[in-house]
Amino acid sequence: MIATRDAYGQTLVELGRENEKVVVLDADLSGSTKTSLFAREFPQRFFNAGIAEANMVGMAAGLAAGGMLPFASTFAVFAAGRAFEQIRQSLAYPGLNVKIVATHGGITVGEDGGSHQSVEDLAIMRSLPNMTVLCPADGPETAAAIRAIAEYDGPVYVRLGRAKVPVVFPEGCDFRIGKGAVLRQGKDLSFITTGLMTAQALQAAEILAEEKIDARVVHLGSIKPLDVDLVLQTARGTGAIVTAEEHSVIGGLGGAVCEALAEGCPTPVERVGLRDVFGQSGTADDLLAHYGLTPAHLVEAAERVLQRK
Amino acid sequence: MPDQATLNELEQTARSLRVEILKMLNLAKSGHTGGSLSAIDILTVLYFHKMRHDPGRPEWEDRDRFILSKGHAAPALYACLAQAGYFPREDLKGLRRLGSHLQGHPDMKKTPGVEVCTGSLGQGLSQAVGLALAARLSGRHSRVYCLLGDGEVQEGQIWEATMAAAHYRLDNLCVLLDWNGLQIDGDVDKVMNVAPLGPKFLAYNWQVLEVDGHDIAAIVRALDEAEKAEGRPTMIVARTVKGKGVPFFEHKASYHGVPPSDDELTQALEHLGHS
Repeated sequence: MIATRDAYGQTLVELGRENEKVVVLDADLSGSTKTSLFAREFPQRFFNAGIAEANMVGMAAGLAAGGMLPFASTFAVFAAGRAFEQIRQSLAYPGLNVKIVATHGGITVGEDGGSHQSVEDLAIMRSLPNMTVLCPADGPETAAAIRAIAEYDGPVYVRLGRAKVPVVFPEGCDFRIGKGAVLRQGKDLSFITTGLMTAQALQAAEILAEEKIDARVVHLGSIKPLDVDLVLQTARGTGAIVTAEEHSVIGGLGGAVCEALAEGCPTPVERVGLRDVFGQSGTADDLLAHYGLTPAHLVEAAERVLQRK
Repeated sequence: MPDQATLNELEQTARSLRVEILKMLNLAKSGHTGGSLSAIDILTVLYFHKMRHDPGRPEWEDRDRFILSKGHAAPALYACLAQAGYFPREDLKGLRRLGSHLQGHPDMKKTPGVEVCTGSLGQGLSQAVGLALAARLSGRHSRVYCLLGDGEVQEGQIWEATMAAAHYRLDNLCVLLDWNGLQIDGDVDKVMNVAPLGPKFLAYNWQVLEVDGHDIAAIVRALDEAEKAEGRPTMIVARTVKGKGVPFFEHKASYHGVPPSDDELTQALEHLGHS
């Protein structure tokens, strides 16, 4: 178990050692986002904007225009929400090479409550032209994704989490922007998942196997670009799909998958996620259970979609 | 300090750039006249006297950077860039037209010589701070200049960036404030008063200079003074007149976002000694 934000912090330090153009910005949350690890080793290349996310994003744009490779971090609610227009105008519109790595996405932020739990960031960021949107499943995939975006020239939004999550990818795994991964083969239905819901889906597939239901698990760490070929191939191969994300069912992974299917291969889909509601205070596990994001809920969704197949 | 002949030449350049601004706005049939005319003397001194830049090498790393944070004054910027040779003057006729590289607001990806994208007010200063940090990190001696509007400083992000520029002791950053006193809805002090401006920036630990933004010699002196700053950024509060140079446009909020009609253009060019 490792939190994706921890993997991010460690990978940033490695990138900092390899590339002196890497600079990091934060908005007074470096201890939580783990950019503090970079700040400790490279104080000259770390810029704390204070509690001023709009200016942080603008400074990152200027640093990129000046030839640097900026990573800017804060919580997902503040990055995608408060600084949205700065991301739109100063980063996405010109396509500047800035990486927004937002931690504390989703409800597993926990006790801080709904004000701090972003359930809409993927939808917001996905709607921006030029923007790449990633949501890794675990520590190893986060490390690989952070390395991949450092090599990619353009604006990227990465959503990471606060909570420790199970490891599903091997250390040193590969990450390619725009590509998904089949983590378990199956023929009866498919889970298409992102972020920490991928580990939940793998558990759900185990439960379904006991009921002689053969579920495929497809992880999409890249929400945009979406691996449309893989989504269509998955739909054709299993004829029923359950999407799952720690995010609103509107506009995120479920929305993106349904858009692709509607145009390419209409298929019964059940979307698991926040049903157009905000979160609230509680432990991460209690919240996942309350909002229907556990393996048991995924099993129920699988049974529902199979009846529609 | 440049000699009188140089100052005269800069004044002549500003006058001919006013003509270009009015002509391109008239052709485009939309755009921001008043704020382009209030800013043009400042831009003239920057582009044709102060800044180290090379139109033949827009990507030259050691160039000084200019950020037009009040991006709606794009016609003033485009007139300077064309005059300097970043692109043919003929291109000015395409302002705001489909397919033209001259967008309604400055676009770094389309127009040679434009450093960042601006137009959404309040964002350019943050980008200027980032550019100044990048210059320092790279060991470049290039300076960063930024022009703000007076209405623009109503945006909260301006004050976030103002705080950051002082915090990072960015003495390679020089900002000018085009204080023409008018914004779309009327007088700035009636819409949302921003005064006093100088003392605000002083309180944020900036070096503050105040000038007449249409006095070429005074602008030159202030920019020279800004270069001597150590450990803090410089704010040049420039008192300007919206629509400056065309008497029937001057001091009128109604010409904020309105181009000159054909008749107005003819009269304006006469005033500027150009027919």
